[in-house]
Amino acid sequence: MVYEAVIGLEIHVELLTRSKMFCGCSTAFGDKPNTNTCPVCLGFPGTLPVLNRQAVALAVKAALALQGKVQEKSIFARKNYFYPDLPKAYQISQHDRPLSRGGFLEINFPEGRRRVHLERIHLEEEAGKLIHAGDSILEADYSFVDYNRAGIPLMEIVTLPDLHSGEEARLFLEELRLLLLYVGVSDCKMEEGSLRCDANISLRPAGSSELGVKTEVKNMNSFRAVEQALESEARRQEEILSAGGRVIPATCHWEGEERRTVPVREKGASADYRYFTEPDLPPLMLEASLVEQLRATLPELPAQRRERLQEEYGLEASEALMISSTPPLANFFEEAAKHYRDYRHLFHWIQGDLVYQLRETGTSLETVSPELLIELLELLDKGEINRPVAKELLTAVLKKGASPKKLVASKNLGRISGRETLEPLVAQVLDENPEAIESFLQGRKKALAFLVGKVMALTRGRADPQEVSQLLRDKIK
Amino acid sequence: MELFEMTAAGLSRLLQTEEISAVEVVESFLGRIEKVDPYVKAFITVSAEQALQTAAAVDRQRAGGEKLHPLAGVPVAVKDNICTKGVRTTCASRALENFIPPYEATVIAALHRLGLPVLGKTNLDEFAAGASTETSAFFITRNPWDRERVPGGSSGGSAVAVSTGMAPLALGSDTGGSIRQPAAFCGLTGLRPTYGRVSRYGMVPLASSLDQVGPLAMDATDCALLQGAIAGYDLLDSTSLPDEVPDYGAQLEKPVSGLRLGIIAEQQGEGFDPEINSAVTRAVRVLKENGVIVDEISLPHQRYALSAYRSLVSAEFSSSLGRFDGVRYGLSQPGENINRMFSQSRGLSFGPAVKGRILLGTYILSAAQYEKYYLPAGRARTLIARDYSEAFQRFDLLVGAVTATPAFKIGAKRGDPHQMALADLCLVGNALAGVPSISVPFGAAGGLPVGVQFTAPPLREDILLRVAYFLEQHRESGTIRPRLSFLEEGGGE
Ligand SMILES: [Zn+2]
Repeated sequence: MVYEAVIGLEIHVELLTRSKMFCGCSTAFGDKPNTNTCPVCLGFPGTLPVLNRQAVALAVKAALALQGKVQEKSIFARKNYFYPDLPKAYQISQHDRPLSRGGFLEINFPEGRRRVHLERIHLEEEAGKLIHAGDSILEADYSFVDYNRAGIPLMEIVTLPDLHSGEEARLFLEELRLLLLYVGVSDCKMEEGSLRCDANISLRPAGSSELGVKTEVKNMNSFRAVEQALESEARRQEEILSAGGRVIPATCHWEGEERRTVPVREKGASADYRYFTEPDLPPLMLEASLVEQLRATLPELPAQRRERLQEEYGLEASEALMISSTPPLANFFEEAAKHYRDYRHLFHWIQGDLVYQLRETGTSLETVSPELLIELLELLDKGEINRPVAKELLTAVLKKGASPKKLVASKNLGRISGRETLEPLVAQVLDENPEAIESFLQGRKKALAFLVGKVMALTRGRADPQEVSQLLRDKIK
Repeated sequence: MELFEMTAAGLSRLLQTEEISAVEVVESFLGRIEKVDPYVKAFITVSAEQALQTAAAVDRQRAGGEKLHPLAGVPVAVKDNICTKGVRTTCASRALENFIPPYEATVIAALHRLGLPVLGKTNLDEFAAGASTETSAFFITRNPWDRERVPGGSSGGSAVAVSTGMAPLALGSDTGGSIRQPAAFCGLTGLRPTYGRVSRYGMVPLASSLDQVGPLAMDATDCALLQGAIAGYDLLDSTSLPDEVPDYGAQLEKPVSGLRLGIIAEQQGEGFDPEINSAVTRAVRVLKENGVIVDEISLPHQRYALSAYRSLVSAEFSSSLGRFDGVRYGLSQPGENINRMFSQSRGLSFGPAVKGRILLGTYILSAAQYEKYYLPAGRARTLIARDYSEAFQRFDLLVGAVTATPAFKIGAKRGDPHQMALADLCLVGNALAGVPSISVPFGAAGGLPVGVQFTAPPLREDILLRVAYFLEQHRESGTIRPRLSFLEEGGGE
């Protein structure tokens, strides 16, 4: 039997606020443990939460960008459980009245464009971080706990089971991450935990509309891991079903090194969180006018930008997709395009040589001014330098931040051209390589390229290969 | 007359005219505590040093000609579930036996700002979960009118401190009667403000959706003064109300005539001590004689109030006490793994009454029981609140008893939570509705003080205080201080 995977994702995103969800402590990453704490986020008795309006605004913007229906009234709830990283023994979250319901994100899957629908988006707070002196909290002799993270604003995005493969899940996450970066609600750094993803997956016979027994997959710390874990879990379930077995509802851990998912806890015994309305916070009321104000502040979204890049600059769909997925690069392109009209030439230089050289020289794009690249391209366009020199020059520009014009002057990189200058060099090369002339006269094109190369070497790359080629032809005839 | 026998208003006058100093006042009360407290055990912690420091600062400011709050230099006793920075705050629990908060409750910050010295922290039922002050993890507080009896609770320590002249004023907290019932049992005026009128920040919760901090005092004037000092919006408490605080004291002498008073059918009559019924009747009569318009009113959903209250309070309580896990502060007991550490720390932290409520609340919130107990309790609360708001279409205030009986014997109701709950009959409906109520001492039953309760629409504490003030002028018996004959007999701990 052929099976189809049905996958839903739960994505936790740390919101880019300066202070925590319910107190004034800093949200800075990597500070000394337990320095960004106060009686409120340490859960001291009698302290009370005060909602961070900025966190609400960011979550609303994300919800609007995802076409969600922002609820006029949403309610905070307590999710009760004991764990040493949870200072109050409950997490303030939203339960049956989330911030936003519905919504979708349109994705270019290999089989075509499709909407992935969302169930809800809600607000909650982070827990602290535990480090065990042992394999797990139950086996460790002792554990350390850092509450710097406790209380950082979190937004949870829950999708409907609209995905059907690990690859689809990865593509969705990549697009979602990009969207959130564009809206500016999170820095979405999976390695710092500011974006995390759990998944639910079940299998069903292809074509069936019923849902199979699902498992929950956790411990995936990159988009790649999500893809691999879901492919692996789908295979595990398929093996069980094909052998006539039944999938047991469970939480599975992705063990990256072993490249497999391992069931760790049977879901039947899952905790009862004893949700109830958080009495310390009034309902969150969001008037339509406020929501509209926030909508007006939404920046251009990735899909809109791609369309515009194609229309305004004549980029191909794939080119627009490529450059828009690195917003700073796309910004650089658009900035430069204000003063440079050959957009496609510009695009190829940016996406090709610039990206390559940034990586090679370890330079950050922020330190590069678009004007310098334009200056370089103009030198090239006017024929004052040739292409190989231009590339060499780009490296120097990135390393020194100096103007290409000045570099050309000081390093004597200007193009060597004109019969008087080049003819002696051409003559020299022809004298030294009689076999190549012979070969060329017999019709071998490669021989000419060889001779051009020799002349270019004598000019240290500063001649125009076309001009040299023409001169050589003239001479041989 | 000794300073400790005076009311806050009386002390305030002498302080303002500089006939006495704040340090003298505080010393007088500290002396009184030393003498009387061994017999009644109202205080868990006496913060003499801090109180004297505050008093000395007030005296310096006054000498420097600064304009001070009328209560500057008048000391206060504070219930020990209200956090005082640098002063041990125990909630009468082993869990917090050595807990010194690194933060200040907003009401305490207000007292400091206005120059009211804090004399110490008073006894209560553990985590305020009781109505007799018998479940304190440390000791029982005794009623000064009869030391065989409870002072009421959970603010029993605060009530006894004021009643015996160990403090002119006290702060209590009222979730379902914890200010009003001990006020009635000890012969004091006790105000439960409108929910949200006084900041809860720094008050360790019994049930966040019901808790209110409020004043206990010898009379309406003092009550109005302290309420004026602690009321107001607080950025740190999202449930606090932004409305401006009126000058309560300025409205005390307004006439009561023309006020429309509803006698709550369910809050007096059958099942109540005849002398309490009589006190209510006599209070109503004197009001009527002075132009108050009186009629009867029924609050039909009162019969659900107790069970709704118990469900909601237990549920919130079980959640709010989860934080006492031994990880960050308070009693901590190591265990071979984290779960053992949790259970042993919590096992040693709480007494049986608290454990019982936690168990009940945990059960009520469990997925299987939530719809059976928690949701209907919430619906009942809505209906009860509607009863009150409908009643206030017709009436400016409502009247009934505070309690069904005067103070009961120590141990009489221990281990009988149902009996204990019956004592709360008149105290929880108004708390669920979030409306303000006051307990006014009026009459006696078998030589013990009893109270009459008035309830007003939200934010109309002024009406309650006005009526309390009026009844003081028409009180039948002279003194409302207990005679502390035990002081002559000796035998204090
Ligand atoms: Zn904090």
